[in-house]
Amino acid sequence: MMIKDVFKRFTKGSVLKTLIVQEIHDLAVRSLGIVIFISFFIGAVITIQTALNLSNPLIPKSLIAFAGRQSIILEFSPTFISIIMAGKVGSYITSSIGTMRVTEQIDALEIMGINALNYLVFPKIVGMMFYPFVIAISMFVGILGAYSAGVFGGFVEGNLFLQGLQDDFISFHLVYAFFKTFVFAFILATVPAFYGFYMKGGSLEVGKASTTSFVWTSVIIIISNYLITQLLLS
Amino acid sequence: MIKIENLHKSFGEHHVLKGISTTFEKGQTNLIIGQSGSGKTVFIKCLLGLFEPEKGNICYGDMKYRELSPTKKRELRKQIGMVFQGGALFDSMTVEQNVMFPLRMFSNASKSEMLDRVNEVLARVKLVNANHKFPSEISGGMQKRVSIARAVVNRPNFLFCDEPNSGLDPKTATVIDNLIQEITYDFDITTVINTHDMNSVFEIGQKIIYLEKGKLAWEGSKSIIHKTDNEAVTKFVYSSNLYKKVRIAQQKGY
Repeated sequence: MMIKDVFKRFTKGSVLKTLIVQEIHDLAVRSLGIVIFISFFIGAVITIQTALNLSNPLIPKSLIAFAGRQSIILEFSPTFISIIMAGKVGSYITSSIGTMRVTEQIDALEIMGINALNYLVFPKIVGMMFYPFVIAISMFVGILGAYSAGVFGGFVEGNLFLQGLQDDFISFHLVYAFFKTFVFAFILATVPAFYGFYMKGGSLEVGKASTTSFVWTSVIIIISNYLITQLLLS
Repeated sequence: MIKIENLHKSFGEHHVLKGISTTFEKGQTNLIIGQSGSGKTVFIKCLLGLFEPEKGNICYGDMKYRELSPTKKRELRKQIGMVFQGGALFDSMTVEQNVMFPLRMFSNASKSEMLDRVNEVLARVKLVNANHKFPSEISGGMQKRVSIARAVVNRPNFLFCDEPNSGLDPKTATVIDNLIQEITYDFDITTVINTHDMNSVFEIGQKIIYLEKGKLAWEGSKSIIHKTDNEAVTKFVYSSNLYKKVRIAQQKGY
């Protein structure tokens, strides 16, 4: 129902353009710092843990890179970064829209004859369509972190790591990863917006709505992840 | 002019508005007063089209709201300005951007034309040198002025104000009252004010309606309110000791 209203009675193009650019900046660009930081170190940790668990000398060291690549591309970057983003971007969306509800700013939009859902939520959905770029950067930085920890930590030689990185590469895995990233981007834009837009009460309820939105966004992302994996990979 | 005929609104079993009929004339300040829970907010939200009444008609000029198509209703909303109790200014926008917002949404004027209009209304509400400040950087009284400026920048035919004086000191409240009255005269618009402020009743109450338990219990003006024999109105308006003395003075012809 909400989604239907988001795509009705569009806001004036010139205004919408400004809002979309602003949302791309707020939701995607401003998430880069934390995404790069987490991705680098998690990539490094995945490598160290894989290396320390490979005690059998018959298993090639290049497997460290292979395992790191698969973990990062298939699950860590698309899914776990999305859950972290449910906390960062999701809470921001719920609290900003919720505050507008509490302070009657949404009523002001509606009285002016503006479709508040289109004005507030549509630019966020478009802004989040740039989220796959964030995930692509996360994948790259994650693998960079894995390489740094593996090579500079003395677990694997550089050429073996690069060889492992290319072993048994299935390009469909990237299609799978980015397909689910698009789905998660849509969830990240709409579920928190729903909790913000339809909240009732005062500032305390804004906080509660942010928490509820984080929980439900995470739950929906995890269930969608399972369903998409079942459909595309099994 | 806004004409209301037999307006009814319920929420489930709770019948909030019970057949209100009245007329708010153009070029005058129309006040809605009444105790908390008397239905003032629901009434004003029905007038604004935020609530759909079950029965009755609201006519804006010669347009019957109920009979308008959704497109016409949206067109009508562009003729309505609203001053919210808390201002409802957009936090992320400066004063200038807030006031310019309705123009950006609904007019095809150039940026410089819009800016001229914004500066004109900001000067009208006596707010200068605040264009680039954010709502959080200005006082409550200034926020109300910005809210009034935003409400009238598109030259609406109807201006609604919900508790425009709440949270303001008496001096600033009087300034805001006078400003609303001046704008009502100058722009020749129909202004409807929902208020608890008795100063407003005596200052700008050209028409006053008193709501009690969802019904119109009394209507009149500031010049005759002290003569009413409606006990509920008298108790409400003259509840403080100060206003009891005012009433005595009014009755003595002062």
